[in-house]
Amino acid sequence: MLNRDNWKEIFETIQKNKLRTFLSGFTVALGILIFVVLFGFGNGLINTFDDFFGDDATNVLFVFPGRTTMPYKGYKSNRAIEFDNSDLADIEKNFPLFVEYITPRITRQDTISYLNESNSYTTQAVGPAHQFNEMTIMMKGRYLNDLDIKNKTKYAVIGRLVEQDLFGAKNSIGKYIDVGGSSFKVIGVFQDDGGDNEERIVYIPYTTRQLIEKNTDKISQIVVGFKPEIGYAGAMALDKSLEKFIRSKKFINPKDQNGIFIRNIADQLKQNQQFARVLQIIVGFVAFGTIIAGIIGISNIMVFVVKERTKELGIRKALGATPKAVISTILLESVFITTVSGFVGMLIGIAILSSLGNKLKDFFITNPYIDMSIAISATIVLIIFGAIAGYVPARRAARIKPIVALRDE
Amino acid sequence: MIEIKDLHKSYKMGSNSLHVLKGLNFSIAEGELVAIMGSSGSGKSTLLNILGMLDEADSGSYVLDGVPIKNLNETKAAKYRNRFLGFIFQSFNLINYKSAMENVALPLYYQKVPRKEREEKALKYLAQVGLKEWATHLPNELSGGQKQRVAIARALAAEPKVLMADEPTGALDSKTSYEVMDLIQKINDEGNTILVVTHEEDIAHMCKRIVHLKDGVIVEDKKVEQVRAAQYVK
Repeated sequence: MLNRDNWKEIFETIQKNKLRTFLSGFTVALGILIFVVLFGFGNGLINTFDDFFGDDATNVLFVFPGRTTMPYKGYKSNRAIEFDNSDLADIEKNFPLFVEYITPRITRQDTISYLNESNSYTTQAVGPAHQFNEMTIMMKGRYLNDLDIKNKTKYAVIGRLVEQDLFGAKNSIGKYIDVGGSSFKVIGVFQDDGGDNEERIVYIPYTTRQLIEKNTDKISQIVVGFKPEIGYAGAMALDKSLEKFIRSKKFINPKDQNGIFIRNIADQLKQNQQFARVLQIIVGFVAFGTIIAGIIGISNIMVFVVKERTKELGIRKALGATPKAVISTILLESVFITTVSGFVGMLIGIAILSSLGNKLKDFFITNPYIDMSIAISATIVLIIFGAIAGYVPARRAARIKPIVALRDE
Repeated sequence: MIEIKDLHKSYKMGSNSLHVLKGLNFSIAEGELVAIMGSSGSGKSTLLNILGMLDEADSGSYVLDGVPIKNLNETKAAKYRNRFLGFIFQSFNLINYKSAMENVALPLYYQKVPRKEREEKALKYLAQVGLKEWATHLPNELSGGQKQRVAIARALAAEPKVLMADEPTGALDSKTSYEVMDLIQKINDEGNTILVVTHEEDIAHMCKRIVHLKDGVIVEDKKVEQVRAAQYVK
């Protein structure tokens, strides 16, 4: 059935019926093209979404101190809760199975200056592990390490934009900056995907901050990174037991809503993932609709093609074409056209997506892309359904008595 | 060559049926040139379609070259048509996007003749109908007479047992009609069996035998003195 002679017959027919070829080819190519582009845009939306929420680690609990509103165990209400260094050690000691890292965070607003340049920035006094929870990326130099914490060094790690503001194009590593009246040596410059604000931050060792602030051991916030493998349920359990542990340690009434606060990213993550999933479902639905529309288009064209060819098929039958030959004439031609134009449409779609890149970032579409396997499967689905859609009228045409077909004008 | 007995055919027209062929009996020997005559509605085209396996009879027997034509499925009918019959239609029925040569070669394609051989044969038959130099032309570049000659070449190409012509001159002026009839006579001279359906007296008299149909029955079946068409051509 697929010998060279048949193919030659098909090619000749295709060449000599350009409008028909163009119509069916165009429908398929357009269907696949729209599918690829839409699906790519959908993925671009999800990418944007990930960019918004995905720059920080998600296996993190933030513990904030509050102010009690209930008396408990002899303590009056309206007592300010404070964390100190011993809390860090206690948490680490009591939850070894859950905790991957722990770091304090003391946030201050400081005027930072270098030579004549000066500006107000957020200073965060943290431990080395803080790099993991912010997913800070070092551009040059290094992050704070345990030795810095131990020795209370006056080292600072500054954001990319801080360096740009204060140093211009010059290198900041090894230079001394003034942070709220104390001189700090810049040991590293970082970047962060979380946007400009996250690159206008200066990190210093928390012990140094405590030393500057009258040698206290107070901590304003505790960041607990838990092991990702404990999963959502594990995170929720850790959330609960950590709260219970701190409440009992700080003598806070278990029913007091305001003693401490724990922000659980895992909970947010779950919501975010649900949102992303909804986006994906919408994208899938639109893509599915496009494919259906393509199939309907192809079916219409196949009906038209067979109708247009009824007389020709009658002539062929009168000359000795078997029903099988009639069906294969129509099907091979349509499958050939759909295959070629389907892949052409797919390639154009992919080319459009890759040429767009980040040009549509303003419209919340980042890096639109489509999995090659999805694009190819969609094309194949369209080809198969095009063949099925062609088979039905082709079979009917093959069954028409030649005399009826010949009368068709 | 052709033998039919008690052939009946009726068409359903809504609730009532139209009895077109009411029990026909006749036979055609090899090498005959038979005209089937009758006014419109006499059933002559229906008869030809049944003989050509383009349509089926309701009852009666039909034997073609010793093969009973009965209860054929489409595939078998297609093979028989291809092997036994060559058709010439009033409206030519050429495939308009294929050149004259490709049209002639088409029955050979369905006989699975290799392309080279197909083209050689097609050219040979085009030469026989005097259109060799028109081989690459499309049907719409040809005159009516030329189209019919291409159709005749196509009918000949499969080397069929019987040629069936349904009003072959119906769409042609009388001069071209005679040219086509001249060609048909020459083909018959070479021993081919030919059936011509016509309602024109002069065309019928260019055959060797006239079968007259009226209201679905044969009213006359006679041999005639053949009028050669060649004398009118030039």
